[in-house]
Amino acid sequence: MGEEASCNAISEMEAATNARPAKENGRAPAVAEVVAQEAAADPRLQGISDAIRVVPHFPKHGIMFNDITTLLLRPRVFKDAVDLFVERYRGMRIDAVAGIEARGFIFGPAVALAIGAKFIPLRKPRKLPGEVISEKYVLEYGTDCLEMHVGAIERPGERVLITDDLVATGGTLCAAIRLLERAEADVVECACLIGLPKFKDFYKLNGKPVYVLVESRESDK
Amino acid sequence: MLFLRCQPRVPSASAPPFRPRVRVAAPLGVRVTGGRRGQAVVAMASADARLAGIASSIRVIPDFPKPGIMFQDITTLLLDPKAFRDTIDLFVERYKDQGITVVAGVEARGFIFGPPIALAIGAKFVPLRKPKKLPGEVISEEYSLEYGTDKIEMHVGAVQANDRALVVDDLIATGGTLCAAVKLIERVGAKVVECACVIELPELKGRDKLGDRPVFVLVEADA
Repeated sequence: MGEEASCNAISEMEAATNARPAKENGRAPAVAEVVAQEAAADPRLQGISDAIRVVPHFPKHGIMFNDITTLLLRPRVFKDAVDLFVERYRGMRIDAVAGIEARGFIFGPAVALAIGAKFIPLRKPRKLPGEVISEKYVLEYGTDCLEMHVGAIERPGERVLITDDLVATGGTLCAAIRLLERAEADVVECACLIGLPKFKDFYKLNGKPVYVLVESRESDK
Repeated sequence: MLFLRCQPRVPSASAPPFRPRVRVAAPLGVRVTGGRRGQAVVAMASADARLAGIASSIRVIPDFPKPGIMFQDITTLLLDPKAFRDTIDLFVERYKDQGITVVAGVEARGFIFGPPIALAIGAKFVPLRKPKKLPGEVISEEYSLEYGTDKIEMHVGAVQANDRALVVDDLIATGGTLCAAVKLIERVGAKVVECACVIELPELKGRDKLGDRPVFVLVEADA
């Protein structure tokens, strides 16, 4: 997730074992919390976490980059990650999955196909050929921009899931949420494979819950 | 192979008129042996119906990214769950019994089609990326653009010498990017079984660049 504002010091990964104490901010409702605890005990999560490689000091010094390409080399583990999302979202009447360029494109379409939803790519500027709406967001140094085709959301209230590989500061996800809400979509949730520790237990961004499978790590085991 | 001309979804004054053209070379994904011709014809007919839906879901945007270029926009295909499902199914039906161990997708639209194929056939997925995106040690391959050059990169260790690879992108035009992708994979000693794209622009003769390496596409369109 090198394109976002810098990840701050990342805590050691806790094994997906016991339920954690609830965070004070952004606490999810009770039902979601129970689901999170059940998901925390899922044996597939350990394999997913183990398959992610930590690359120190990329893209710059101090950032411990959580690299999902090693997970993609393990078909069984890749399938488990997609299955975990599909199991969660299959019953939630999701109309569209919006994936953030480029690593959100790797997970989002497979989830969309399995749950019968559209896939909407959210892209860097000047990549989408048709008429777009754009949303700027702040990086550590400077700004960036996400774009979506006009007409990707066909009706107000379409239920959308946003996907990316990792959430750190949440800046890109927040831009994606704003973009979809400007198109009058109903953003149901954001789903990421990896999140900084604060994103466990459905921490909310702009009032939208963020569902992550595993915590980011500072080093390989 | 079954081909259908892409139908412009948003017709405009500068878009060429739609000219239906169906050419049958061999049934899609079906080996015809002995007395199984009836089955082959049925498979062809159902592939035909899916291809029509796929072709008509692709939007043509004139003059993007610059004047004179008719851009084949697959984002409208992705907004049609059946067309997207059919696209993936057609590739999976072709490759599931070919012993493919790795699907390599070219950034960024190859990341949309490659992973679902990889997941369905139980293969690894390897992203081939623009420079400086992959965090680990990489090998790079340069290729020519109309003006200047570009590069794509692959992680060291992602592909092994005994891998059988499929290279996936949304479209083959001049073949420059695909050729660079193929070379990266061949440099580590693996075999590229085929290149698979949703769309081909045959006038740009991308297949020539790829030599005798097979290329499989679902639909053709005018450049």
